[in-house]
Amino acid sequence: MQKIGVFVCWCGSNIAATVDVAAVAEALGKQPGVVYATDYQYMCSASGQNLIKDAIRDYGLTGVVICACSPRMHEATFRKTISSAGLNPYMLEIANIREQCSWIHKDREEATKKAITMGTAAIAKVQLNTPLTQMKSPVTKRALVIGGGIAGMQTALDIADAGFEVDIVEKKPTIGGKMAQLDKTFPTLDCSSCIVTPKMVDTAANEKITIFSYAEVENVTGFIGNFKATIKQKPRYVDAEKCTGCGLCTTKCPSKKSLNEFNMGLNTRTAIYIPFAQAVPLVATIDPDACIKLKTGKCGLCEKVCEAGAIDYAQKEELIEREYGAVVVATGYNQIKPVQYEEYLYNQSRDVVTSLEFERLMSASGPTAGHLQCPSTGKLPRHIVFIQCVGSRGTACREKPYCSKVCCMYTAKHAMLVKDHYPEVECTVFYIDVRTPGKNFDEFYRRAVEQYGVHYIKGMVGKVEQGDGCLKVQASDLLDNRQLHLEADMVVLAAAIEPDPSARKIGTMLTASMDTNDFFSEAHAKLRPVESPTAGVFLSGMCQGPKDIPETVSQASAAASKVIGVLSKDFLLSNPCIAHSDPTLCNGCSQCQNVCAYGAISYEDQMVVDKGVRETRRVAVVNEAICQGCGACTVTCPSGAMDLKGFASNQIMAEVDAICN
Amino acid sequence: MRDIREKLLKKIHELFDAGVVDRVVGWKAGEFCYDVTPALFNAGNIDEILYDAFCGPNQSKFLVKGAEGGEKKILALLKPCDTYSYNQLITEHRIDPEKIYALGIPCTGMVDINKIRALGISGILGIEEDGENLKIETLYGTESCKKADVLLERCLVCKGKNHVAGDELLIPDEEAPEVPKCAERMTEVEKLEAMSPEERFNWWRSQLSKCIRCNACRNACPACTCRTCVFDNPSSGVSAKVNTNDFEENMFHIIRAFHVAGRCTDCGECSRVCPQNIPLHLLNRKFIKDIDEFYGEYQAGAEPNVRGPLISYTEQDVEPSIVMTRG
Amino acid sequence: MQLNDTNQAVPAESGAYKPLIVAFCCNWCSYAGADTAGSSRLSYPSNIKIIRVPCSCRVNPLFILRAFQRGADGVILCGCHPGDCHYTTGNYYARRRMTLLFSMLDYLGIERERTRVEWISAAEGAKFAATMNEFAETINRLGKNRKLRDLRCEI
Repeated sequence: MQKIGVFVCWCGSNIAATVDVAAVAEALGKQPGVVYATDYQYMCSASGQNLIKDAIRDYGLTGVVICACSPRMHEATFRKTISSAGLNPYMLEIANIREQCSWIHKDREEATKKAITMGTAAIAKVQLNTPLTQMKSPVTKRALVIGGGIAGMQTALDIADAGFEVDIVEKKPTIGGKMAQLDKTFPTLDCSSCIVTPKMVDTAANEKITIFSYAEVENVTGFIGNFKATIKQKPRYVDAEKCTGCGLCTTKCPSKKSLNEFNMGLNTRTAIYIPFAQAVPLVATIDPDACIKLKTGKCGLCEKVCEAGAIDYAQKEELIEREYGAVVVATGYNQIKPVQYEEYLYNQSRDVVTSLEFERLMSASGPTAGHLQCPSTGKLPRHIVFIQCVGSRGTACREKPYCSKVCCMYTAKHAMLVKDHYPEVECTVFYIDVRTPGKNFDEFYRRAVEQYGVHYIKGMVGKVEQGDGCLKVQASDLLDNRQLHLEADMVVLAAAIEPDPSARKIGTMLTASMDTNDFFSEAHAKLRPVESPTAGVFLSGMCQGPKDIPETVSQASAAASKVIGVLSKDFLLSNPCIAHSDPTLCNGCSQCQNVCAYGAISYEDQMVVDKGVRETRRVAVVNEAICQGCGACTVTCPSGAMDLKGFASNQIMAEVDAICN
Repeated sequence: MRDIREKLLKKIHELFDAGVVDRVVGWKAGEFCYDVTPALFNAGNIDEILYDAFCGPNQSKFLVKGAEGGEKKILALLKPCDTYSYNQLITEHRIDPEKIYALGIPCTGMVDINKIRALGISGILGIEEDGENLKIETLYGTESCKKADVLLERCLVCKGKNHVAGDELLIPDEEAPEVPKCAERMTEVEKLEAMSPEERFNWWRSQLSKCIRCNACRNACPACTCRTCVFDNPSSGVSAKVNTNDFEENMFHIIRAFHVAGRCTDCGECSRVCPQNIPLHLLNRKFIKDIDEFYGEYQAGAEPNVRGPLISYTEQDVEPSIVMTRG
Repeated sequence: MQLNDTNQAVPAESGAYKPLIVAFCCNWCSYAGADTAGSSRLSYPSNIKIIRVPCSCRVNPLFILRAFQRGADGVILCGCHPGDCHYTTGNYYARRRMTLLFSMLDYLGIERERTRVEWISAAEGAKFAATMNEFAETINRLGKNRKLRDLRCEI
């Protein structure tokens, strides 16, 4: 039996006007276990708190019930109060007799009666409270950033700037991501490469940052402050230390037919390749699927010409184990290949391209060195049709339900760039809606329409057909309500954006939840937009949802600041109101593991002594640093092995009993 | 069935001789031939293993304890419907398939002794299948009845002759006999649903008030494998050895059914073993029916290692208010 | 107490009978919603008593049955709106559990209006009060819970 003190607050007249506080204190004073009960004008004031502290000392209280305002208001305050008097801060219960009693009832007798019942329930609960301690766990002061695009780089740079080590794991041979492939950026039209390549160089040069390029995260275990990751370094067949990036090998390689990923497959590259001139690290990589030496054992030309002696055909995959305090997911996006949209002739006509392919066609570093030409003829197109929302905002199963967000703006950019270089080329954009929320975005779009004379037509393209020396575009103009038949030399599809396919696997290994579109879910849509619900996992960039570069960079920096918040602590204190499993009752059925949103439950073989029998059993173990204390597992557990500290089944039932008596 | 048993015994001997297994969960008759329970056999008494139309008991649960210890694997004899419970137990890590050799055996439908008795047949000494009929040897001579009239509830809605788990089949499923479906699974549930709440309440009271809290339903249920049941655990706050009133009768059965909801394979053991003949399976089937209607068709144990309906969700799930608004 | 009238819902006698309602509220949305109702001085009957739980998924069917056993006439569970759960998915599990439990109670012939789930956000003080008033009215109409209570707790 606890020795309980009851403190009834007047809250000035907020409570006392409607509730007879003295009567409440008197009635609750008679409850079993209560050794002291009193009322006071303002319990939360310094003198009110002193009153509580004195009573704890004078009466040797082991539990405290405060009848006052909502625990959401002052629970933390009163926990500190009783803690400073030597009591465990979790030996406190609050009866909310203000918001849930005095403020909503007018009848004094009725409100007083209710306040007594509420106090009784709190007493019943505190009887069963147990002292709880916050768990302390050390923090590994290094962060893992998965993905080396602009999001990953920005996050890594900001974390490194705060003095912490960061590892970037990038699955491609170079960092830089999609931004390195873009020609210009909206709405300023500055050169994408010119702003991203210095970032790449900064990232590589930062001594706090280690880049694992051409590597993948194979596995992650652990929890906030204490993650362990296995990184798979894929073999490059080139010693990255020795390679100078001179590129001589790439000029000699006889296998020249591989599609160039950097140029979206619009031209080819050799089997040994450097993705692009500004790649970081500037190191050659051998594509094992194309290399004649690796496939047949014959050739070896690159080895012969390499003056640095960097070629190593015997290189093997390597697994690297690293420890981290926090993980940032920056896995980015891809543009869908609109192969299912046969009506647009993608895959049938080389002159129908996606917007990312168009970026490469317009880029000075692209396959045409920036000269706009129809891929089929090499001639300057006379008319380009842009089709918006290809695969976005749809309800059919081939379509994404969401808006890809950046297409409206980059299409305006494309049309404007075309008009800038080739004023004679006509540009027509078919759109459903034009969405331009963003600083200087609408002005940018209007410039395309008003100054550059880009034709914007509200309506969808029904069909693109191969005509005689041109493409025939059939469309409807919804505002004019008429069918259009246009001739175009090129069609550019603003194909939907989707999360990178690697995201799902990473989400699973991090137990970070994802939405139905495989975008990572945030811990709170409004208030915690850069955190995953899984503690210690943060989100940066497109992996969380479509966004443009400035948004990505802001999110990347926000994620970095969250990571710094974790890494700057020596120890993490966790909420002690968490689940725990009684090994003697646990069946080992794994159902709780399935409902845990945080991956806090694991199973291990433990020696259990149950009813005098000693045996090894598979039992649930809750990781105290990860558990957030929701209680989903406790109800899933049929045997009642899983319970929640602070909200234990017997405590809740005691409250039910007290209320219903 | 006689030839199936011969074939089965031969197979069991082979598995023992080959050193694959060193014990087997089989069926044993009690005082009466219809009083069959699962029992553990070893090399010495294999030939006492029974397999006839009274061998309804679902063995899978006995593997939870049975698979522990022993030098070699334990042999499990699984009828097609038993394999669903077997899978479910694998999913929940209650049995380790590595320690078990599961032999799928064919089934021609098991009979319900109560239904035979209800036909006025007593003093039963033995049973023999005879095409669509059963020949029943009794103290008073040979009786006969249609097998379809005396099948166990679960066999009336047989899940089919295919085994969904196991290491080996005694005979290929394609060659096995089929038990014709004799009833619609949800007919009884629908009848209850069609009643007025008052009628339903009275009907369930008339049934659940018979409960003597013998725990047979719980003990036979292959989904009720908790090491310690909440109703036996004094610290759970709901433990009780007897039902002291209507509420406790209701609560025990609501919670029992709720705890197996989404995991129950509808094997019907609960009703089969109930000495008071309470149709407990109608509680489980109600959950199954709701789950099928609300969350899509689901058969627990159809395959191992899938997430059951109560440990999954979709964002578009129906709201609990559907209970208020429907019929 | 005689058992023979257990099947009959006793209509609320004027004034004397006030239904007892237990409301389980999740800490992050609905309990805060109740606080918002209080701050806005939105009244609801005093016989509604709130029990704070971290999440709607913490509510075990056993707690609900327990409340009825001890004499509650209605039980309501309030949580964050689907998609807004503080713990991301807790209310989705609660939704399935409660749907099945309520359906089972209905199947057993227990008045289906005695149980309810409502999603109430921290901002929806008005919805909280309105829901509670409406629920109290429903329970008032149903009268005393006779079908699912422990008659020993009557004394």
